[in-house]
Order: sequence, then structure tokens, then C-alpha cells
Amino acid sequence: MTGDGGVVGRWAHRICPTTGLKVHTQADRLIRAHAVVATVSLLIGGIAAILVLLTRWQAVHLLDAVWFYRILTVHGMNMLIFFIIFFEMAILIFAGPVLLNCRVPAVKTTWAGFGLMVVGMLMVEWMMWTGQADVLFTSYVPLRAEPPFYLGVILFAVGALITTAVFMATLVVAKREKTYEGSVPLVTYGGITAAIIAIITLVHGAAIYIPTFLWSIGVMNVDPQIYRLVWWGLGHSSQQINVAAMVAVWYMLGGLTVGAVVLNEKVSRTAFVLYIGFISMASAHHLLVDPGFGPAWKIWNTSYFMYMAVLASMVHGFTVPAGMEMGMRLRGFTQGLFGWLRKAPWGDPGFSALVFSVTVFGFVGGITGVTFGTEQINIIAHNTLRIPGHFHATVVSGTAMAFMGVTYYVIPLIFRKRIAFFKLAKIQPYLFAGGMLVFSMAMTFAGTFGVPRRHWDVTFQGAAYTVEYSPAVDLLLAITAIGGLIAALGGGIYILVTVVSVFFGKPLPAGREAEFADSIPQGLLSQPWAQIPKTEEEPESPWKIGPVPGTMVLVFIFLAAFITYYFANWKLLSFAWKVG
Amino acid sequence: MHHTGFESAQGVWWKPAHKSEKIWVAIAFAWCMVLFAMMPLWHLRGGQNPSGIRARVEPVAFQDRVNEFVAEYGVTDANGSQVLENGIPVVQPPPGSDVYMMGRMWAWTPVLFLEKNAQYTLHLSSFDVNHGFNLYPFNVNFQVVPGYDYGLRVTPTQEGEFRIVCNEFCGIGHHLMIGRIFVEDTGLPAPGSEGGAQ
Repeated sequence: MTGDGGVVGRWAHRICPTTGLKVHTQADRLIRAHAVVATVSLLIGGIAAILVLLTRWQAVHLLDAVWFYRILTVHGMNMLIFFIIFFEMAILIFAGPVLLNCRVPAVKTTWAGFGLMVVGMLMVEWMMWTGQADVLFTSYVPLRAEPPFYLGVILFAVGALITTAVFMATLVVAKREKTYEGSVPLVTYGGITAAIIAIITLVHGAAIYIPTFLWSIGVMNVDPQIYRLVWWGLGHSSQQINVAAMVAVWYMLGGLTVGAVVLNEKVSRTAFVLYIGFISMASAHHLLVDPGFGPAWKIWNTSYFMYMAVLASMVHGFTVPAGMEMGMRLRGFTQGLFGWLRKAPWGDPGFSALVFSVTVFGFVGGITGVTFGTEQINIIAHNTLRIPGHFHATVVSGTAMAFMGVTYYVIPLIFRKRIAFFKLAKIQPYLFAGGMLVFSMAMTFAGTFGVPRRHWDVTFQGAAYTVEYSPAVDLLLAITAIGGLIAALGGGIYILVTVVSVFFGKPLPAGREAEFADSIPQGLLSQPWAQIPKTEEEPESPWKIGPVPGTMVLVFIFLAAFITYYFANWKLLSFAWKVG
Repeated sequence: MHHTGFESAQGVWWKPAHKSEKIWVAIAFAWCMVLFAMMPLWHLRGGQNPSGIRARVEPVAFQDRVNEFVAEYGVTDANGSQVLENGIPVVQPPPGSDVYMMGRMWAWTPVLFLEKNAQYTLHLSSFDVNHGFNLYPFNVNFQVVPGYDYGLRVTPTQEGEFRIVCNEFCGIGHHLMIGRIFVEDTGLPAPGSEGGAQ
């Protein structure tokens, strides 16, 4: 370890030369271990993604039916469970011990949690690759996998619960040992939000996988509808851990790349509280055209208690860019409405990743998600390609993009390494998010024609009846595949850059950042967060609508897009057969 | 004092929001209320709602109902025997009747001949695993869950050939699972544009 470390008090640490934070050596190691396994999962899931893409691209149609569904299962589990949750555990260790200047309170327990997660993951991988769990990510009962599959998921969930509990303990320890002054940083607050949602989610996971495991060994029954209800308490809520963690990373990256300020702690924190209160109701999004639930239940739950979680996201969608605009204006970039955006560090992969994450998550993922999650509109969206079109925009170009962006800062800050192939890293967010944007939009449009998701052959060769989609569908599926391959190239570059940097990278000596301008992100050189005037004074604005006029314009463009798409879907629905 | 999101918030941070923040929160809140109001409103005024008649049913009991339905309304040939299409019975129920459709790895039973603008109660269920009801080419989707009877009051408002594409993964033959509905225009008047399916 570089930096002026030492054993002060009871724990070995180093002093981060950039931020001055005390970093527990064990926090370093834990973050590294979680990040490495997350990257391995990303690699497996990414290879699976390419195989799935090349099969759904009907002109290529690479895999046979058996391997298509098998690899689709592998893709879902590795991306949505292993990659994301390992990465989120790393974020919790960062947002807890590191940002709070604190030690990891229960080192051995945290390692035990990590070990359980790894063992669980290996069991699931073994089951999937040997064809003993061809049940897709959702494993809807009564489709049956072999018992070790369910057991593996349970072990993984318990491991993640342990690490989350240690994060919670960190909050107590840091408070008691007075390692920070005032209130926890907003990023940590977002981390706490993610951790609370993680607990809710993982408890749902245990509540459904334990009975399902018992069902798989033949000792109890599981009702298929109850399974869908509780399983989605895991399946959708785990994506809400992503949302909370991603928004925390947005605030983090905003500060690191352009010195974004927190406009108002009260507003941002209240929005996080709204997530905790209501976002877990989203299980209902998957049950809107199910036979087990009535309209009142569906409306109440799918709307997260009258769209309070949507309100929260719309608030963050304003405060994050507004904080960036304000930070830029405070540092003198005051020209016109969008001078702050034009002068922003677009070559900093942390910044471009942040911008893509916010815009694609909001404009594509958010708008489509709320629209398809409307009780009646779901009739023209459920189980079509519109659904994966939506969630790739949220989880991939939203969450994964944000996580990748923050990695370009974590490598120099935590691993103390320069970024290998930095020129490639600079274009990585453009390839990854740009490709995913094309992918998501083409896929969503294909879904509008009713093309099913999770389907090996939409030309239906050999079926009893013919089904022929519009020729536009062929084109859209080809565009989907090409967009996806561009994104996969971006994902490959990310893995190459991070693996080479971390394991074979050149060290970044403390205080000599300026010498390595060509291999670390710009924010670490200019340190914009250190140049914010420590006053209450607001930057002058030539416009009457407050200190962030550019953001005001952007959010109104967003609202117009939202309203248009939402009502266009009601119109589309009104053409369907009468049903009630 | 200005600070970033990764610095501890100092002192009393419970301060009034900026005017622009207040404006945006108010507008976003109003929009959320619109989003919420649209769903009950569509139940009152719209023609497409996933409500239906919902009940539990044993898969075997549902299969019996399908068989009774075929026996009652099955299309017969000159010899009086049931007409089959790809081994699946063809049924022509009268307008207003209860119609039973069962998903089973990997076929939809029976084949339906319906009349345009007539209302039917379409009962959907599964004999084995989850299936997905997707009406091609008009993209109407419902989940078909074993153990549950989803009785949807359906009015076909277009005539012609329709397919039922299974869109919930149901095993290796999933992509072959296609059913057929034929809708004939017998001159029935179109349902009122408001609340036609209620």
C-alpha cells in the first residue's frame, strides 16, 4: 500500500493522498475482492449476452433452442444477481467505512459473507452450465431446477445480507467513534437507502427460495401465483437496490468530475426516503395481467403508493444535473444556458458515463418503465420485447454505466493504479451507453409489434400455425443485435481496462497525479470539488428561473417526452380488442 | 455552505429549497397524480382492463371444463364427429358464452371460431407450467397461471385470422406453442366506444 499508512488506534490503514480519508487496509482488500468477482460475473454474463444476441438476430440464429434458454439463464443470473450485487457490496464497503473515515467493524464476518456469496454463485453456475437449471432467471414454479440451484441462491442471499448488516454496523461504529462530523454524506445516505432496500429484497429472496428449495426436494408445495408475487419482491426490488446505489453514484461522480454541489440536502434525502417507503411495491409491475390479483391491489401497488417512488426519481433527475450546473457555475462557467455543459470534461470517462447514465436511465428506462407499469397499458407490453427493452436502459445503460464510470475513479483512488489503455477508457462510455441506447430503443419498438421476449425463434419454424411479423421486425432485431454488440465491445473494453489496470497496472505515486495526466481521469487532476467556494453565495444567473436555468430547460424537455410517450400508449391501447 | 455529495453535511441542513427545486417538485407531483388518476379513470371509461373474473381452479378440473366446452360447442363434420385441426378440436361457441382455453406444453386447446363484436368470457388457465397469452397480430397479453382461472370478458373488434403466441418460457418447445382464433364478421353492431367491455 502506498500513502502514509500505519496502525493508529487498533486498525491498519493508509491515508488517501487525494482526499485525506483514512482507509482501512481491510476495506481496500474487501472492495478489491468484491470488485474482482463482480468483474468475472460481468465477463461470463457478457459472453452470454453476445450468444443470446446472435441467436435472436434471426439472420444469424447461432444457438440451438436448448442452449439458447440455458445461456439466457446464465446471462440473467450473472448480470442481474452476481455482477450487480457483488458490485453493490463493494459500494457499501466504500460508502460506509471509506467515506465515513472508519474501520470495517467485523472483518472476519464480512469475509464470511463474501465467501458464502462466492460459494452460492459457484453452485448456481455449476447447475446452469450442466443443464440442471434451464428455468431462466425467474425460475417460475412449477418449472423445476435441481435443488443445488435454489440452495446456491439462498447461500448467496445470506452472504449479501451479512455484508449489508456489517455496513449497518459501520454506521453505528462510525457515529460512536466520531470518525466524521455533522451528518453522513449524501452518497452514504444513498448507500444506506440501497442497504435498507437490499435487506427487504434479500428477505424476499429467502422467503421464496427456501420454500422453493423444499419443493424441489419434494417436501412441500409452492403455489405458482404466490411464487410470482414473492419472487418479484426479490426480482424487481433488487433492481431498486440498483436505483438507489446508482443515484448515490451519480452524486459521487458529479462531485468528482465537475464539483457538483448538493443543492439542498433536505430535498435529496427526502427523495431517498421515498424510495425506502414505496419502491418495494414494484413487484406488482410483473403481475398486472395475472389472474391472482384484483384492480385495486394492482393500481395501488404498481403506482408505488400514488407514484411516490417515481416522484423520487424525478427529483433526483433534477437535483443531480442541477448540482452539476451549480457546481460548474460556481467555478465560473456561467455562459448562457448550457455553457456549463459545453465546457464540461467530456473526455473524462467518469463524466461521460454519468451523463449517459442519467439521460438514458431517465429518458428511455424511466419513461418506458412507468408507462408499461400502468395497469392497463401493461396489456400491450407484458412479456413482449418492450420489457427487456425497458430494463436494459435502466440496468445496463443506467446502473452498470454509472458503476463503470465510478470504477475509473476507484482504480486510482482505492487501488492506487493508473488506468491502462486510457484512450480506450475515454471512448468506453460512448460505445457502451450508445450501443445500449440503440439496443433498447430498437428492442422496445420490436416489442410494440408483439414480438415475445425470451423466445428462441420468432419465425416459428415447424410450429402448427404460421406467424409472420412485419418486415420492420427483422430490421429492428438486426439493429438490436448490432447495438448490443457495440455495447458488448464497450463492456469488453471495460473489463480489459480494469483487469489490466488492477493486476498489471503501473502504480500512481501520491502527489504526482499531474505527471500522469494521460492515464488518470481529469477530475483527479483538476480536483473540481476542492475549488467550490465554501460560502452560501449563489452564482449569478442571467435568467429569472433561478440559479440552474439549463437544468430547468432539460427537465421540461424530459417531461414533454414523458407525457407524449405515456398518452401515445393509451391511444395504442384503445385500438386493442375490448377486454375487461 | 456549498459542498459535494461525498462530504459530510455540516450543521443544520434542513433549509428551504430553491425556488426552481420547488417548482419542479410541484410539477412532478402533479404529473404523478395524473399518472395515478388515469388507471381508475380507464376502468370507468376505457375499454381495455385486465380485471376479469378470477378464481382458483385445479388443473384437472379446468381440463374437464375445457372438455365439456368442446363437447357442447364443438364443430362437427357431416358424420357428426369432432373436427380437429393439428389434433386440436375446433369450437364455435355462441355469442355471450363462457369460452375455455387451456395452455399445455406446447399447445393451446381448443381452436376458437368467434363472431366480431360479440362478447365472450374467455377463461384462461394452464395444465402444467406458466404460459403467456399473446394475441397476434394485435398484441394483447395475459399471464396464464396453473391453478388459476382468469375469466376475461373479451369482445373481438376485428375480424380475420388470429394466433395465440405463448410468450412465457414453458420449456424446450416454447417457440412451437401457437394457437388459433378465427373471427368472423356476422354483422353484429360495434360495441359503444365507452365502457364496451364492462
